[in-house]
Amino acid sequence: MTAAAPEPKANMGRPVPRYDATAKVTGRATYASDMPLDNPAYAFLVTSAIAKGRIDRFDLDDARGVRGVIDIITHENAPKLKEAKLFSNGGYAGTTIQPLKSAEIAHDGQIIAVVIAESYEAAREAASRVKVSYTATAPSASFESAGTTTAAAKGQNAQFKEDPVVGDFAKAFEAAEVKLTASYDTPTQHHNPMELFTTSCAWMGDNLVVYEGSQYVYGLKNGVAEQLGIDADKVRVVNPYVGGGFGSRGSMTPRTAIIAGIAKRLNRPIKLVPTRDQGFTIATYRAETRHEIKLGASRDGKLVALRHEGAEISSRPDAYCVGGTKTTTRLYACPNIESLVSIVRADRNTPGFMRSPPEVPYLFALESAMDELAVKLNMDPVELRRINDTTTEPIGGKPYTSRSLMACFDEAAKAFGWSQRSPQARSMSDGDWLLGYGCAATCYPTQMAPSAARVRLQRDGRTRVEVAGHEIGTGAYTVIAQTAAERLGVPLEKVAVFLGDSDLPPAPVAGGSNSTASTCSVVMMVCDQIRQRLFKAVMPSDSIADKAKETVGISPAPSTRAAKGDRPLDIEKAFDALGVGVVEEYGEWKPEGAPLDSFRALHAGQPRFVGGHQMKDKIAYAFGAEFVEVRVNRFTHEIRCPRLVGAFAAGRIINPRTARSQLMGGLIWGMSSALLEATEVDERNARYVNDNLADYLVPVNADVPGVEVIMLSEQDDHINPVGAKGLGELANVGTNAAICNAIYHATGQRIRSLPVRLENIEV
Amino acid sequence: MRSFSYRRASDPDMAVRALSAAAAANNPLTKATAQPLAGGTTLIDLMKLDVMRPAAVVDINPLAHAWSAIEPDGEALRLGALAKMSDVAAHAEIRRSYPVIADSLRLAASAQLRNMATLGGNVMQRTRCSYFRDVSYENCNKRNPGSGCAAMDGVNRMHAVLGTSDQCIATYPGDFAQALIALDAVVEITGKAGTRSMPFAQLHKAPGSTPEIETTLQPGELISAFSIQGRWPRSVYLKARDRQSYEFALSSAAVALDVQDGTIRDARVALGGVATVPWRAREAEALLKGEKFDEALAQRVAHAAFADARGRRHNSFKIGLGRRVVARALQQAVTMEI
Ligand SMILES: Cc1cc2nc3c(=O)[nH]c(=O)nc-3n(C[C@H](O)[C@H](O)[C@H](O)COP(=O)(O)OP(=O)(O)OC[C@H]3O[C@@H](n4cnc5c(N)ncnc54)[C@H](O)[C@@H]3O)c2cc1C
Ligand code: SF4
Repeated sequence: MTAAAPEPKANMGRPVPRYDATAKVTGRATYASDMPLDNPAYAFLVTSAIAKGRIDRFDLDDARGVRGVIDIITHENAPKLKEAKLFSNGGYAGTTIQPLKSAEIAHDGQIIAVVIAESYEAAREAASRVKVSYTATAPSASFESAGTTTAAAKGQNAQFKEDPVVGDFAKAFEAAEVKLTASYDTPTQHHNPMELFTTSCAWMGDNLVVYEGSQYVYGLKNGVAEQLGIDADKVRVVNPYVGGGFGSRGSMTPRTAIIAGIAKRLNRPIKLVPTRDQGFTIATYRAETRHEIKLGASRDGKLVALRHEGAEISSRPDAYCVGGTKTTTRLYACPNIESLVSIVRADRNTPGFMRSPPEVPYLFALESAMDELAVKLNMDPVELRRINDTTTEPIGGKPYTSRSLMACFDEAAKAFGWSQRSPQARSMSDGDWLLGYGCAATCYPTQMAPSAARVRLQRDGRTRVEVAGHEIGTGAYTVIAQTAAERLGVPLEKVAVFLGDSDLPPAPVAGGSNSTASTCSVVMMVCDQIRQRLFKAVMPSDSIADKAKETVGISPAPSTRAAKGDRPLDIEKAFDALGVGVVEEYGEWKPEGAPLDSFRALHAGQPRFVGGHQMKDKIAYAFGAEFVEVRVNRFTHEIRCPRLVGAFAAGRIINPRTARSQLMGGLIWGMSSALLEATEVDERNARYVNDNLADYLVPVNADVPGVEVIMLSEQDDHINPVGAKGLGELANVGTNAAICNAIYHATGQRIRSLPVRLENIEV
Repeated sequence: MRSFSYRRASDPDMAVRALSAAAAANNPLTKATAQPLAGGTTLIDLMKLDVMRPAAVVDINPLAHAWSAIEPDGEALRLGALAKMSDVAAHAEIRRSYPVIADSLRLAASAQLRNMATLGGNVMQRTRCSYFRDVSYENCNKRNPGSGCAAMDGVNRMHAVLGTSDQCIATYPGDFAQALIALDAVVEITGKAGTRSMPFAQLHKAPGSTPEIETTLQPGELISAFSIQGRWPRSVYLKARDRQSYEFALSSAAVALDVQDGTIRDARVALGGVATVPWRAREAEALLKGEKFDEALAQRVAHAAFADARGRRHNSFKIGLGRRVVARALQQAVTMEI
């Protein structure tokens, strides 16, 4: 075993190599824009240079003069599309701002024209020759700007259901022995997945194929059909590999239907490859947020009052909201809690999910405040968490299905060497560098959604698994193959997995870290259907068939779960008895507590999530603890983070290799979010300034020399058949706070605004 | 990106002819319709961004056999303009006798870029001002003379505090040029009339009222080499930046000292990341000469270096940062083992 392939502990699968590793490192994995098209035309976008106002006039003569230009589409001649409904209102879209519909401009970088040409180069050159005259009006950029409107999230956004409250916060806070009030804020951030926001559309008669990196092929298929006004069965979305999503591809963007409409009119496939900077405005992003936390505690550290107020930026028409108080009000034991989330509307593109949407900004605030409270109490921050640890959430009093928070703290503290920390701020240094150790809790709701799958088994053991899930780099192919191999008892090499195609059985959006739990649960179920059929063929007694479902492998290689005395099935004999060459089963699974319309919604591209605090009689979260070492240069004030150590518990770990990779990536992104990443908004014109990867900083290898991931063994039988908690969004949650807490320890300076840069340090 | 013609230079004459033929009167070099191509890591970027729109590109890489020498001869150093950043940074004698040069190159960009990029292209690289690099912003005096400056009251954290004008506050982003200007390098220029030499300090021009004019090079002129007299083993390049690697300087200092028996005989201080051009802090240097080093002196020098600095909304921190960087670089240079 190596660091990359950790030794499995109890309730962990094998760290087998990635199913798609060879394809990826040899460049053979085909991403959406790699898909061959028959005689395509190329599209290049023109985007607005103002954030608010209207287009007076286009001057297209120069652009049309570029050799190879076929057409230039503007609002004056664009294909008519139906309105796109927001996903939170039962639709599919991430924004209702529909470009090319009128001369109005609602945000910076809105699509205002599409140049179609015989080559990418011609389209791009012509796009640069499009001249636009605007009448601009003064936009509202962000919190500080004039002209924004603010209102409570509750009531505006159908998915934002509650501002959790319990007890009497005001009274308890008033009476508390120790009090803390602090404000925090987080910046605008963009996902910047490696794969650009490309779209290719090809029609065959009335049937449309869309090649696009998507985290939700069924959502996109249904959404595009709705906008084009055609039957969803006529649309197929294909993307066997997605070059990173992080939430940016979870909901439909306007570009897809636009390109589809133009391809139809032109009667020719069209390929769009937008630029990196266009990606900042044609898709979603994480909007800036503000927080005020009030904590009241007794002298011995028990929380008696907690209040979390958050405000978030959204666009004028759409009330997108991350709303993370559902988590921050439930993390620690506290009898008196109050919370409120507001949405502030500005002239911006509509924000959306970004890796661990609500937890990242909201837990930054709470976990920073917890550290501040520990300082006030003169208490070790780990001990403060221990004192307030709980097995039931305080709002509804529901028990956590499992909660290894303090076990994670203890393991990570040990690996990190927390005991070496001298508690006083500014008390540790090494040459030119002030040293700081900091920690924070991390958590993420465990979520599942209905999913379908088809599994086909041949008599030689070859297996084909089909599910319209998504390989966004997480390891979906691998864990699905492992699940099928284990359940059917066939060798892993014999399992072929097909994902990323809306002609396959529907799966939910790859979001909310539900994919492994949902798709592996349905694959397990369908494999069991196959086992049942085979068992019935050779042992037609019901009792044995039932038993097969639970305990018996079907191949000569005994399944790990085979109980004593059970005989493995002779697969050839079973096929002979059935008189077939192939056994194929299709099945649809829904998690306990999923709504009645689950399966209808599944096919309509609308996920029905179950999990987190929304389960009946219980609450399910994955937990972790993160420790960081920060160094602050006495002279330059440069901040570096040489060590990140995280311990996590997330139920069954199907593959410790792919899980570690997710958690490691999360820690690195968390560090990036704390110290590097911010989209600069020019307040005067509500435009993004550093919209490229040279100016929007993400870490390079030299920034993350030491990342250690520890996975704890945890068993949870109350969540889903696989027993897995999602972990893709677990690790990047606590890091922001852990780093600011370490900066405080290094310098004595509390920084409450992200990202922290050298000019914020006043040593 | 717009269509352009591409030619490979067969010899310096041909390159010079091809570049000057296309030069129109009054066109500053930055707008010349023909541009030389070296590593391409600045030029191609700017062409893709539609900031530079040359109709012709003349690839000068075929001149590398004559123009890429790295020649330290014990008394002086000559560097060909087509030498790669990575080769110079890794050269043992450069590291020993001119650490400020080796480090200014080693700490710049990324390994991949350093393998492509040349010394000539490096000193000619253009500002990273985001408004300059995004043609959707009208207001940029450098790109669109007379249109105003979007950065002046915009997002200007990366911008300059020294050498600015009311027309432009764009930072000169490179690192290597600070080493050159500190060491009194001479730049050799090949043009129609053969080669000429001038102090490197005369190559770049502060923005003043013509920010579109960045250097004194004329269309049709090429940098062929740099040369430096003497050896400077007691020299350092200190660079403060947001990332540990692959990032431009927020503030940097190139310091070279000649210390004998504790007395500073000669001192050179140049500043990067804070000025519109490669910046030599001559008044600050003067304070060092003939003195014995101590922390108080370092502070006086650091203050003198930024005496004329002028910050704006997001970049004022560079003044304090720059002072600390200078003081620290001096300290490092004094105490380094040579
Ligand atoms: C992401 C990124 C990060 C970077 N980080 C840094 C950094 O930290 N520090 C740093 O110093 N630099 C940095 N750079 C800049 C990089 O060092 C320069 O782009 C490179 O040195 C330019 O050299 P080149 O040979 O590629 O030049 P080219 O792109 O070929 O040319 C640059 C310009 O100089 C002209 N030119 C080229 N050669 C000559 C010549 N011999 N005579 C006259 N004119 C000539 C060209 O016409 C062009 O206008 C970075 C660049 C990028 C893209
Ligand atoms: S600072 Fe200079 S380059 Fe930047 S916008 Fe202003 S004029 Fe243009």
